[in-house]
Amino acid sequence: MMFDAAPNSLPPRPGVGYKAKHFNDIMANAGPVGWLEIHAENYMGMGGRPLAQLRHLSGKFPFSVHGVGLSIGGEGRLDADHLVRLKTLCDWLNPASFSEHLAWSSHDNAFLNDLLPLPYTAKTVLRVADHIDQVQSSLGRQMLLENPSSYLEFAESDMSETNFLAEIAARTGCGLLLDVNNVFVSATNLGYSPQGYIDAYPLEHVGEIHLGGHDEDADETGAPLLIDSHGAEVVDPVWALLEYTLAKSGPKPLLIEWDTDVPAWSVLFEKAKRADAALRVLA
Amino acid sequence: MMTTQSEFRTALLDPMRAAPAGLRNPDGAQATKRFDVYRNNVAASLTDALETAFPVVDKLVGKDFFRAMAGLYLRAHPPNDPLLMFYGAAMRHSYHAADATPITPDALAALAPDTLPLVTFGFAPSVFVIPSRYPIHSIWWANTHGGNIAKTAQAVLITRPEFDPAVDALTPAQATVTQSLMSGTQLGEALKHGGAGFDLGPLLDLLLSRNALISLKT
Repeated sequence: MMFDAAPNSLPPRPGVGYKAKHFNDIMANAGPVGWLEIHAENYMGMGGRPLAQLRHLSGKFPFSVHGVGLSIGGEGRLDADHLVRLKTLCDWLNPASFSEHLAWSSHDNAFLNDLLPLPYTAKTVLRVADHIDQVQSSLGRQMLLENPSSYLEFAESDMSETNFLAEIAARTGCGLLLDVNNVFVSATNLGYSPQGYIDAYPLEHVGEIHLGGHDEDADETGAPLLIDSHGAEVVDPVWALLEYTLAKSGPKPLLIEWDTDVPAWSVLFEKAKRADAALRVLA
Repeated sequence: MMTTQSEFRTALLDPMRAAPAGLRNPDGAQATKRFDVYRNNVAASLTDALETAFPVVDKLVGKDFFRAMAGLYLRAHPPNDPLLMFYGAAMRHSYHAADATPITPDALAALAPDTLPLVTFGFAPSVFVIPSRYPIHSIWWANTHGGNIAKTAQAVLITRPEFDPAVDALTPAQATVTQSLMSGTQLGEALKHGGAGFDLGPLLDLLLSRNALISLKT
């Protein structure tokens, strides 16, 4: 079912993942930061400081609400209570964008707090598309779907991730959130070209780009194994992949994603300036 | 070869079990260490969530013991919804509770003395009482601020004067009276639960100063 509500409207500028400890810094001088992203699940309380801060900030910045717990790739039904909580938050905050992951995180009443992988087959296309239809009609908004970091493959997969995402976008009318760090991590781990992935990716559907850090390890054969951490510097090859992508896609809303070991505001500010420069050379 | 999410989940939470057979390394071999990335992510992130929720327990039993216990606990009792901000203690429920406007001492002072026993109070949604047989307030205080541990039972009152939860000690009698008031009992009746010689003044001062009371009816 194609969804035809207004698409996401984040500006094609740098954004940062919002953390409560940066509230005063952001209100004082946000520099090139043009929008903020929050994890939906951290703002599902009834009041107090978290919602009071959003009330202040939403007068100054467009928001992106990024869900990490809906389990869109799950075999079972979506959690109806959680969908209601997301709708309550989106109706209250009226964000410029809502996004979630191509992954599952809940099964049999257990929430596993990780973005777990799914095989890419005709059957899983139908399941994910059904879930996205349900999200978009419940929220009354278009959503963006983010590509995962992959560490392994499924024997049963018979289509590429880029074809899978293109098929989902075509069926549901959802947009895509392109995480270039995830592309770099998956390409390194599974042994393909990250530029080749971008060449095959349906860039016309991209509503937002994520840029984050990863950790380095190796598998039992000594092959490199990169692990998505959201807790480290963005490495130069990922900046290069970003520039490669932007040259093909044009300017897009660009998020500096840093969720663990969150640095001082001045560090994020510098990253946002670098992202801003990458966007400005396109103008 | 199909891999079901049920098979994936079972292997995730059981480190003794082999990785599902339908998962592959890029060279086509069956994935083992690569599956462990997901195992580690799940165990580490849920253990971190428990550590954030129980900092004093973490300090009391030591980090190694806490993480080992947390590993056993989260495998037996994984959270059942994505709201990890509520995984654990009352202080976190208080932090995220709905806002409410408190009453002022004047509202009480304005009452005719003979109506006082008939008063019922509304409490802010951020208020919690935790009764205990142990001196839990001083155990918490000694491990967050220092000092000695009391010898007698204590209850804890959690409130949220503005944005940050406050933690105060209550005597067992104060806790009983507060719980009674929170369940809607009239003041005169609630005081009987405090026992002979119960002094309402200090409790009422505390509740008012912590913005715990939001309405009163006679």
